[in-house]
Amino acid sequence: MAHAHSKYYVPKPSYWPLLGCAGLLTFFVGAAHWLHHVWYGPYLLFLGATIVIMMMIGWFGRVIHENRTGLHNDWVDHSFRWGMTWFIYSEVLFFACFFGALFYTRLWSVPELGGDVHPITHILLWPDFTDQWPLMRTPDNSEFTGPSSLGNTWGIPALNTLLLLSSGVAITIAHWGLRHGKRAVLIVSLIVAISLGATFLACQGMEYYAAYTEHGLTLNAGSYGSLFFILTGFHGAHVTIGATILTVILMRCFAGHFTPDNHFGFEAATWYWHFVDVVWLMLFVFVYWL
Amino acid sequence: MTMPTQEDAIPEQPIRNGRRGLVGFLKHWLFTTNHKDIGTLYLCLSLTMFFVGGAMALVIRAELFQPGMKVIDPDFYNVLITMHGLIMLLAVVMPAGIGLANWMIPMMIGAPDMALPRLNNMSFWILPCAITLLASTIFMKGGGPNFGWTLYAPLSTTFGPPSTDFLIFSVHMLGISSILGSINIIVTIINMRAPGMTWMKLPMFVWTWLVTAFLLLCIMPVLAGTVTMLLADRNFGTTFFDAAGGGDPLLYQHLFWFFGHPEVYVLILPAFGVISQIIPTFSRKKLFGYGRMVIATGAIAFLSLLVWAHHMFTSGLPLGAELYFMYATMLIAVPTGIKVFNWVATMYRGSLSFETPMLFAVAFIFLFTFGGFTGVMMAIAPSDYQYHDSYFIVAHFHYVLVPGAVFAFLGAVYYWLPKWCGRMYDETLGQWHFWLTFIATNVTFFPMHFLGLAGMPRRIPDYALQFGDFNAIASVGAFIFGFAQLIFLYNVIHTIRSGKKASAQVWDGAEGLEWTLSSPPPYHSFQTPPKIER
Repeated sequence: MAHAHSKYYVPKPSYWPLLGCAGLLTFFVGAAHWLHHVWYGPYLLFLGATIVIMMMIGWFGRVIHENRTGLHNDWVDHSFRWGMTWFIYSEVLFFACFFGALFYTRLWSVPELGGDVHPITHILLWPDFTDQWPLMRTPDNSEFTGPSSLGNTWGIPALNTLLLLSSGVAITIAHWGLRHGKRAVLIVSLIVAISLGATFLACQGMEYYAAYTEHGLTLNAGSYGSLFFILTGFHGAHVTIGATILTVILMRCFAGHFTPDNHFGFEAATWYWHFVDVVWLMLFVFVYWL
Repeated sequence: MTMPTQEDAIPEQPIRNGRRGLVGFLKHWLFTTNHKDIGTLYLCLSLTMFFVGGAMALVIRAELFQPGMKVIDPDFYNVLITMHGLIMLLAVVMPAGIGLANWMIPMMIGAPDMALPRLNNMSFWILPCAITLLASTIFMKGGGPNFGWTLYAPLSTTFGPPSTDFLIFSVHMLGISSILGSINIIVTIINMRAPGMTWMKLPMFVWTWLVTAFLLLCIMPVLAGTVTMLLADRNFGTTFFDAAGGGDPLLYQHLFWFFGHPEVYVLILPAFGVISQIIPTFSRKKLFGYGRMVIATGAIAFLSLLVWAHHMFTSGLPLGAELYFMYATMLIAVPTGIKVFNWVATMYRGSLSFETPMLFAVAFIFLFTFGGFTGVMMAIAPSDYQYHDSYFIVAHFHYVLVPGAVFAFLGAVYYWLPKWCGRMYDETLGQWHFWLTFIATNVTFFPMHFLGLAGMPRRIPDYALQFGDFNAIASVGAFIFGFAQLIFLYNVIHTIRSGKKASAQVWDGAEGLEWTLSSPPPYHSFQTPPKIER
């Protein structure tokens, strides 16, 4: 709006988006074939993923190059900021879907099956089922055997909360270092932030391992297991993506790409990382704690 | 009203990557980052799929022409209704709306292009990939998806054919495309407006698209999450939608309709925008109550996020929920009514003329309102028990989608085609197309109201004898409708190839930045932002 005198940079035709589409199609076709136990399914999936990653490297590399050769003015910068904002908004709604499923299951469908709402459903379907959460005994416990026990909320999950929150603090310190031209602070805090993220993922791996081997909390363990794994799983995937983004940002810091007044790539990564943090807090409260 | 001028030279053609011939042609369209090229691609895809989805509808109507199993077997009938629904919604109406947005928004707000041109290319090219994946399910072992476009669990989980997994991934791709496209549209409208193009000067079409894109960002991620849960229930032994493990099939319906209800507003809001552009032009008056129109658009979108369970009145909801969803749904009639009254008020004492775009717009006002009224009837929970899953609902949603969205977009093509290609369409053919379409639409869908009220269920390939006459009439109407669209196809191709030259202004009552550009407009619309007076 306020950029009347500058010119907006409109990129030339590019083959990266089309390559990305081809990669996505290959990825999804591979995934579907893998689910149907066709031998080439996994190969297609990994081929598709490789194409998508190559596309990202090429496309984002191009954007970085344009930025560094001065083609991006404030006007273009605003587009990127708004673009990232709305992207994170769509991610919020993606998680909202699973949280909605969690609340509905917990507050409505399990009580209904337990006879708290309409006794007739309870009496006709599974009269032995009692309403409980977390769901340790499912209505049809022979088909979907509920977990035998659950991990301690104040064990690994609390530690993970601490790890992610400290990581959020570290990245804020890194941003402070970047804005004040303190390169050592920037790089050290960024490395700390990424390491905390990686530790989080390792802890979650251990937690999953224990869930399957000790607690019998699996994908087949009824609704609690289903919701537990889809929520923490997609969150874990987002931590992985976030940590990868931060690693790329670290490399760019080493390469000296950012200046105190031009570092939107860095800021976008921190926005994403904080978003992942907030989702985890919700998870900790509603999946592990309450 | 048309003022063809001979001196309007066709502006320079875009450089096709320095190469001619097939390679140059392919490179141009595959790699393009230009909003006009991408808009054209969306519209061509939409028109192509309109005929594909329409052909499916004709097979369905052929089967229903007489009672008894006549043409296809029941399972394939189910596949056809599923595919017809998904294709018409996701591959015809949505791409048509996004195509118009791509073409018109940068020109209407005085921008050089969309804010994120490469992302724009990706949003488009994901679509043909996703649609190919979707259509390929028809030919798969075990048959295509046969549970209707709503993909209700457990029909799609326990009883779904193997091809359902491919369908789910196709929905994921369509979702990615819509999310990227919506981000682009929102960012363009926020950031690319020319100096002086303040919020309350935006053309209504731009406003409706801002709201639509916001709605898409609210619902598409939810759909992605929901079908992911379907996928997990089908393949990984989870029990989101299975009561045996503590889940609930109703949860699927809630999540789906949280997407599904705003989705119908995603389809109709851009149509509202088109009508709000066409009516003032051919009334030669400003849009009546612009500010109220903006507020009404926002109110419709906001309410649409809060009314989803009116699709589930017979699924078993608590009484309190039925009451809430009934009243909230009826509330939507208020802002929609504001829109209808404002269009009519715009026409009141205007200097009216009835070229093809205006005919479609006026028909839209009548028939969309009619479809809206049947919507209010079904919002009343106790009456809905009678109408639910009958042909009445089929009549209702076809009345809001065909004379609603489809008429608006056909009108939009007639309205803007002279601007896009610099050539005027054949008005006589346009009028023929309109009247045939208008009559055929009513012949097809009006009898369905009676069928539904008399108790004919939807999604059934065979029916009791007493429904025979109305079904026969509907089938005749459907075939007239289908073949009338060939006139449109011919008219569009003929216009592009050899229509008479059109002036920059095209319509003498038209206002807005897009009419200040030449016809066809330069490859990059506004290299330097125009100054907006007033």
